[in-house]
Amino acid sequence: MTDGYSEKVMEHFANPRNVGEIKDADGIGKVGNPTCGDLMWIYIKVKDNRLEDVKFKTFGCGAAIATSSMITEMAKGMTLEDALKITRNDVAEALEGLPPIKMHCSNLAADGLHAAIKDYLERTGKK
Amino acid sequence: MAFDAIVKYILNLDIPRTMTRQIYMDHSSTTPVDAAVAEAMLPYFSDRFGNPSSLYTIGREARRAMEDARANVADLIGAKKEEIIFTGGGTESDNLAIKGSAYRNRKKGDHIITSSIEHHAVLHTCKYLESQGFNITYLPVNKEGLVNPVDVETAITSKTILITIMHANHEIGTIQPIEEIGKLAKEKDIPFHTDAIQSAGNLPLNVDTLGVSLLSMSAHKMYGPKGVGALYVRKGTGLEPLIHGGGHERDIRSGTENVPGIVGFGKAARLAKERLPEAAEITKLRESLIKGVLEIKDSFLNGHPVKRLPNNVNVRFSFIEGESMILNLDMKGVAASTGSACSSKSLEPSHILLATGLRHEEAHGSLRFTLGRGNTQEDVDYVVSELPEIVNKLRMISPLAR
Repeated sequence: MTDGYSEKVMEHFANPRNVGEIKDADGIGKVGNPTCGDLMWIYIKVKDNRLEDVKFKTFGCGAAIATSSMITEMAKGMTLEDALKITRNDVAEALEGLPPIKMHCSNLAADGLHAAIKDYLERTGKK
Repeated sequence: MAFDAIVKYILNLDIPRTMTRQIYMDHSSTTPVDAAVAEAMLPYFSDRFGNPSSLYTIGREARRAMEDARANVADLIGAKKEEIIFTGGGTESDNLAIKGSAYRNRKKGDHIITSSIEHHAVLHTCKYLESQGFNITYLPVNKEGLVNPVDVETAITSKTILITIMHANHEIGTIQPIEEIGKLAKEKDIPFHTDAIQSAGNLPLNVDTLGVSLLSMSAHKMYGPKGVGALYVRKGTGLEPLIHGGGHERDIRSGTENVPGIVGFGKAARLAKERLPEAAEITKLRESLIKGVLEIKDSFLNGHPVKRLPNNVNVRFSFIEGESMILNLDMKGVAASTGSACSSKSLEPSHILLATGLRHEEAHGSLRFTLGRGNTQEDVDYVVSELPEIVNKLRMISPLAR
């Protein structure tokens, strides 16, 4: 398909999971920059050290939207420690790969999730 | 006929096809080869395969066909047949015009004037020449993408050996005041090149009215084949060849000529000239598409409202990004393009949109539809009806939309 995206990427792009804000989020991670064409906001709700809910809002290309959607699925239900271990590569692999040019620029979802968890830890004084 | 059999075979291949209708609105990228063009080319692959440089019958046949094509291409732009040099495409034509002039006139000077919104075939050639010691002036444009002829005049120095300004822009469709710049160039006796790759076949062109000494064209933008272009070289304009060899094309572009491609180009040029009145119809579709699309909230037209290619629509939408619009349009069967960084190999947004003063995030949200012969009012209506939903969907996902 267009731009060498995998079927999995296109599937997540066409039907993104967990879109939206969490009004009373426990942590928010904002990464990217509209100047470079990608901006990702990840919202998390934490209960008993686990990610009870993860949602996103993203401005960007197909890869940016698909990686955002994928990471919300991957991270939901995970402990904070495990979620912090998700790497950019894990997200790309779960999507059956990304075009090389997108690996760097649009693969921000792991950073966004980590930023949201750090925000939570700072807010709760655990860090 | 063998060709029919091949077509039948291809149509029967098990290629997955979607059920959605297919609407091609990217004619500035490329156009389909017209059936009459393909038909004209066919005999020159296997039957009349001769080398135009050969003296025997099939060689002479090939030469005659090539010279007929040259006459048709010349006729499209009001030039003389012997002023047309066939090349391997528009990019080569631009390279030949610019580097060929620069190398030939190096002793006279080292200064070239161009604009900041040229196609990469011109811009990157100028950048290359900069690395070879030439000085390049990149003129700014206004927010509608117009070069000011006064700026051209001001930029001219005693060292200026070439002015190269495009006729119509490939992204935003803005048509430049080439005639005015042509007058200036003539007064100062400076060779003037225009990249007319987007306008040739779309607008009436005359090299004398435009006042150009060099003009680039490409066949595949006017329903001809890919891999063949032409450079108009006004009599008396000196060019250094870039490709040396057997002395073909008046020793300016060596290499056995691409006869089938050239024959196809000739046919396409002839058809384009006959079909120039169709531009009025395309312009109507353009206006209808612009009007329909701009009804979407927070949308804007890029480029000039009137001094614009008949087939070009370029709009931008706040808060969302172009590639994701292209992919969504593709899912609806519509082929369009964008100036967003995310769709470019360089990951830089379009230099053209930035030159018109747009911020990066504005350039990212741009969408280009370029209409062609196959498009109808129904196609326009379909795009106008599908686009709002796509824009809304992406704005729902975007953190920038409030």
